[in-house]
Amino acid sequence: MASSKILTMREAISRYVGDGDSIALGLALEALIPFAAGHEIIRQRRRDLTLIGPISDILFDQLIGAGCVKSVIAAWIGNVSAGLGYNYRRAAESGVPNPIEIVDHSNFTISLGLTAGALGVPYLPTRTLLGSDIARENGPFKRGVSPFGDEQLLFVPAIVPDVTILHVQRASADGGCHAWGNLGVSAEAALAGKRVIVVAEEIVERSVITSDPNRVLVPPHRVTAVVHEPGGAHPSSVQGYYGRDHAFYGEYHTATKTAAGSEAWLDRWVHGVEGRERFLDLLGAERWRSLAVRGNSPAAPVNYSAS
Amino acid sequence: MSDLRYSPAELMVVAGSREIGDGDVVFVGMRLPLIAFALAKRMHAPNAVGFFENGVIRDSPSESLLYTMGDPPNIEGASMCCSMSTVMGMLQKGEVDLGYIGGAEVDRFGNVNTSYAGHVGKEFVKLPGSGGAADIASLANRFVVIVDHNSRRLVERVKYITSPGNGDGAGWRERQGLPRGGPSAIITTMAVLLFGDDGQAFVASIHPGVSADDVRANTGWPVRFAPDCATTPEPAEEELRVIRAIDPTGFWTR
Repeated sequence: MASSKILTMREAISRYVGDGDSIALGLALEALIPFAAGHEIIRQRRRDLTLIGPISDILFDQLIGAGCVKSVIAAWIGNVSAGLGYNYRRAAESGVPNPIEIVDHSNFTISLGLTAGALGVPYLPTRTLLGSDIARENGPFKRGVSPFGDEQLLFVPAIVPDVTILHVQRASADGGCHAWGNLGVSAEAALAGKRVIVVAEEIVERSVITSDPNRVLVPPHRVTAVVHEPGGAHPSSVQGYYGRDHAFYGEYHTATKTAAGSEAWLDRWVHGVEGRERFLDLLGAERWRSLAVRGNSPAAPVNYSAS
Repeated sequence: MSDLRYSPAELMVVAGSREIGDGDVVFVGMRLPLIAFALAKRMHAPNAVGFFENGVIRDSPSESLLYTMGDPPNIEGASMCCSMSTVMGMLQKGEVDLGYIGGAEVDRFGNVNTSYAGHVGKEFVKLPGSGGAADIASLANRFVVIVDHNSRRLVERVKYITSPGNGDGAGWRERQGLPRGGPSAIITTMAVLLFGDDGQAFVASIHPGVSADDVRANTGWPVRFAPDCATTPEPAEEELRVIRAIDPTGFWTR
C-alpha cells in the first residue's frame, strides 16, 4: 500500500502551489468549491496565478481581490445567486488591485480544453462558438476545417493546469477519493493537472474507496496530496454533508462593493482566521449547524464480488 | 403594474414555461428558467427532460427552490449525475430542443452580450461572461432569451457577441458554420418578441398593463409589431399557485 499523502492545508499549499502557477478549481461548478484551499492561497500571498475554471461562484473574485491573480481562463466569473463579482470588475476595468489578463471561454470550451489536456493531445475540435466574438482571432482558438469533410470547426487548445484542486466528500490517505453529485469538469481537470490536491470532508480507510471503484474521481496514483478539511467547501454545498449558504453569497456581494469593503471582508474572513476551523467558529456554530444535511438518502449497494 | 395580481418575473416564468413542449429536452440554465422548467413539468410538459451544464439530468423537477443548479435538491432524485462534457456532447449533436439564456444586452437579431458592456478597450463594464450560454446559442435547436425590458438591454446591435443569434440577418449562422438553431423568442418584462424570416425580432405580444408606446420607448431600435400583435396571456391561477409553492419567499419571482 502506498504511503500517506495527508498534509495540512498550510503544508499542501506551501509545497504544491507556487507563484506564477496555473490552478484549476471550482470544477464541479456551484458545488464542491475548494474555498478553504483558496483562502490558504490568499493567506500565503501567492502572486501571478492563472486561474482556470468553467464558472466561478465568488472564489475567483476573492483571489482576484486579494491580488493573487495575473490571468483568468474561464467562462464566467461572478456570484451566481447575487450577480456580478465586484473584484473581477475592478481588476478588469480599472486594474485594481492589479490588472488581469482575461482569456474568455465558454463552459464547453473549458471542458474541451481540459479534456485535451487529459488526453494528451494539443487540441480538440468543436462546433460551438462559431460566430461568437469569444472565438475571434485575439482569443486562444483557431478555426479549421474537418480533414474528413468540409465542416467548419473551432479548435480548442489543451489546458494543462500546474495544479488541480478538488473538494470531495471522502478520501483515503493514499489518494483514493469518492465524489458524488454533479461533477462538471472535475475528472477532466484532475487527469489534466500536473499536480492534484484533494481536499476531503472525511478521511476513510482505503477499503471504503476500493469498495466502490466506479465512484473514484481520479486514480489515486495521480493525487499529490490529501487534505482533511471538514467544512472546507462552505459556502458552497457538499452533497450529503451540507447545503449551500445562500445568504453568505448575498452578504459577500454587499460587503465587497468597494475595494475597501473587499479588503475588510478578506481581513475578517481570510487573514483574520488561521484556517478553516476558525473560519467556521467565526461563522457561528448555529449557522453552521443549520446548513447540515439531516436526511439520509443512501445509494442502493451494488455487488462487486468476484467469487 | 402594481395592481396586477402577479409580478413581471412571474409572467416571464409562465411565458418561458410555455415554450417547453411535452417531451422536449431543455437546457435549463440559471435563475428564472430554473422555475420555468419546474412549472412546465408540473403543468403541461410532464415528459420534458432538463439538462444542467454542471452535469445533472432530471426528468422530475427538484423538490425545492434552486438558487443554483448545483444545489443538493437538484442532485437528489436526478436521472443522471455526470460530467459537463456528457450534457454538452448531446447539445453539440443536436439532441437539445430548447435552451434558455439570460442577457445583459440582446439586439434585434437576437445576439446576446454577457461579456463587455460599454466600449471594449476604453471605458467598459466587465460582465461575468458566457458560462454555458454561448454553447446553448450555438448548438441548441432553438433558444429563448429572458431579459428585463429597457433600452440599455434591448439594443440596436450588441458591441460584443457572446452568444450568437442571427448575426446580421438571415443566412449568417450558416455562413459562420453553426450547425443549426438560433433565437426563437425574447421574453421581457414588457413583451414577447419572436423572429421573422429576416432574422429580426418583432413584438408578438405585449404584457397586460403595458402599451405599445411603452415597448417602443424602451427598445433600442425601431421595433416592429406583428399585425396580429396580441396581449400576452396572463398567468393562470394554477400556474401562480405552482410558482409560489416553488418560490415561497419570492427570491427569484418577486
